[in-house]
Amino acid sequence: MGVSRGAERLGIAMFAPALIYIFALVGTPLFLAFLYSVGDVTVGSVGYRFVGLENFASVLQNPTFRGALWHSFLFTVGAQLIVIICANMLALALVDRFRGRGLVRFFILLPWVAPISLGAIGWKWILDSIYSVINWALVKLHLVGPFDTPMWLGESSLAMMSVIMVHAWRMLPFSTVILLAGLTAIPKDIPEAAAVDGAGFWRTHFQITLPMMAPIINVAVLFGVIFTFTDMTVVYILTRGGPYDSTQVLPSLAFFTGILGGDLAEGAAISVFLVPILVVIAWLMLRLAHRAEVV
Amino acid sequence: MATVEARGITKVFTQGERGAVNDVNLLTREGEFMVFLGPSGSGKTTLLRMIAGLEDPTAGDILIGGQVVTHLAPRDRRIAMVFQSYALYPHLSVYNNIAFPLKAQGVPKEQHEDKVRWAAELLGIGALLQRKPRELSGGERQRVALARAIVREPTVFLLDEPLSNLDAKLRASAREELTQFHHRVGTTTIYVTHDQIEAMAMGDRIVVLHEGYVRQVGSPREVYDDPADTFVATFLGSPPMNLIDHGDVLVGFRPEHLLPRDMVPGPAVAIGVRVTGVEYLGSERILYALIDRDRFAEQKVVAKLPATYETGAVDGRAMEFAVAERNLRFFDKTTGKRAESRSLTWG
Repeated sequence: MGVSRGAERLGIAMFAPALIYIFALVGTPLFLAFLYSVGDVTVGSVGYRFVGLENFASVLQNPTFRGALWHSFLFTVGAQLIVIICANMLALALVDRFRGRGLVRFFILLPWVAPISLGAIGWKWILDSIYSVINWALVKLHLVGPFDTPMWLGESSLAMMSVIMVHAWRMLPFSTVILLAGLTAIPKDIPEAAAVDGAGFWRTHFQITLPMMAPIINVAVLFGVIFTFTDMTVVYILTRGGPYDSTQVLPSLAFFTGILGGDLAEGAAISVFLVPILVVIAWLMLRLAHRAEVV
Repeated sequence: MATVEARGITKVFTQGERGAVNDVNLLTREGEFMVFLGPSGSGKTTLLRMIAGLEDPTAGDILIGGQVVTHLAPRDRRIAMVFQSYALYPHLSVYNNIAFPLKAQGVPKEQHEDKVRWAAELLGIGALLQRKPRELSGGERQRVALARAIVREPTVFLLDEPLSNLDAKLRASAREELTQFHHRVGTTTIYVTHDQIEAMAMGDRIVVLHEGYVRQVGSPREVYDDPADTFVATFLGSPPMNLIDHGDVLVGFRPEHLLPRDMVPGPAVAIGVRVTGVEYLGSERILYALIDRDRFAEQKVVAKLPATYETGAVDGRAMEFAVAERNLRFFDKTTGKRAESRSLTWG
């Protein structure tokens, strides 16, 4: 029995918006990015000449690009490390019932649901060289002198640390919710059996709970890594890649080179550079998740 | 080995509501196999969890080997517990599941292998050590859970309905094996079940619980033959004890004691009945009947007859039955508690 023609048409009509959306807003730009990365396109140029891997060779020569590549890894690994450790602690704290748990869960979700630009601008003020509330507190606590305050966004290493911290703050709710789901899915009997068997908190956590959560932690890390590797919002708002490109990451460099600098081909090459890296990460994570599958 | 004692143990989950466990006082004997028996919601699992230290009692004390352990963590009580779900660690092999308590309790590493092999051989799972729990059958998982429990030679075993996840056939053999196993290791064991056959077959003594109260503690024979109240009388036995309204008392007798008049020797009470239904169960038959006489007329009774006896009972037929006087039990009508035996003026 086939579906009637009417139903088939309705199906196509219902499906079309999603398809058009994906083609127009994801597929086409991705295709163009690949096309531009092997061409000689600049803003305002007409025509297209295939240049092979010339753009890639050119960006690899560029010390800013190599810096940004290194920063991208630092940014991603640093932020994800902080996120996974903190999300674990938060999930553990939030899994047991206590008064006000709902409210705490709501507050923790807040950075995720609030627009990132809003949050990042808030952080820009918190980390501002003159009005920083952190510096004010440090001065009041006599931890630093009033004219000797750290320039959170103005010194290379502090700026990198700041963008990592802010990005971790933003990603934390997402990972916490995923890990909380994983933690809740472990039958209560299992930690209880471990308690009777003589295991304390740490042993139970590291030898029983964490391994059982491994597949779901992998999912959280996979998403986190991809979101972080491809994100430039925090960097763009807080530092614009500065000072001296010390917080420049690949997405922001691609944006500055391709859109603001007008060199579409080189910008495309920089952004496409990420694709094989992300594919490898995704493949590794999925393999790991598959192997760790337990029940 | 050790004894387990509960002193005035009470557990109230929600303030103002009836407790899940109410003022329970119990003392096991050394090496005893004690069964907590009761319907769901009777508090038997809660009581076991308080003994294990997984639940804090609202009032009262738990003693293991004469030591108060009420506020000790489960790991400090030297107990082992088998959960209804077995709670095997799914990511660890059978070997590592069994070795886990040894690691957790700091047993020197070089002893692990010998102890794991000893426990595994005792339960006949020596060949499964490299498997993961998901590759095991229900019966094998149950053995792994038991092996994990005995490996560190605990002073007390706590078993929470360990057979309820097995199919009926396997359950009978597992019951037998568990009893054998208890005879071999001789560790004091507390076993929770809602299955009266398990309780009768395995228990040295049975603790019958209902709504958080201990109704009776006794050997299987005691709780079956001499129930302390009408709850125990009707909870144990299938079909349950007949209870006949007789003035200020209830008169109880087991269905297997209600027999045709000519099968009952010695002093007996005659009961005329009218058969309302017969069930043939192969080895026995169950007769449903109404008392057909005097002031007990129309009260329901159930008789259990061996299949070897040809009754000729058919629906609607009036028959003469009797119960030997020594098989009659009396209960107070208002409290349901056991009352003094008396001579019955029937009719």
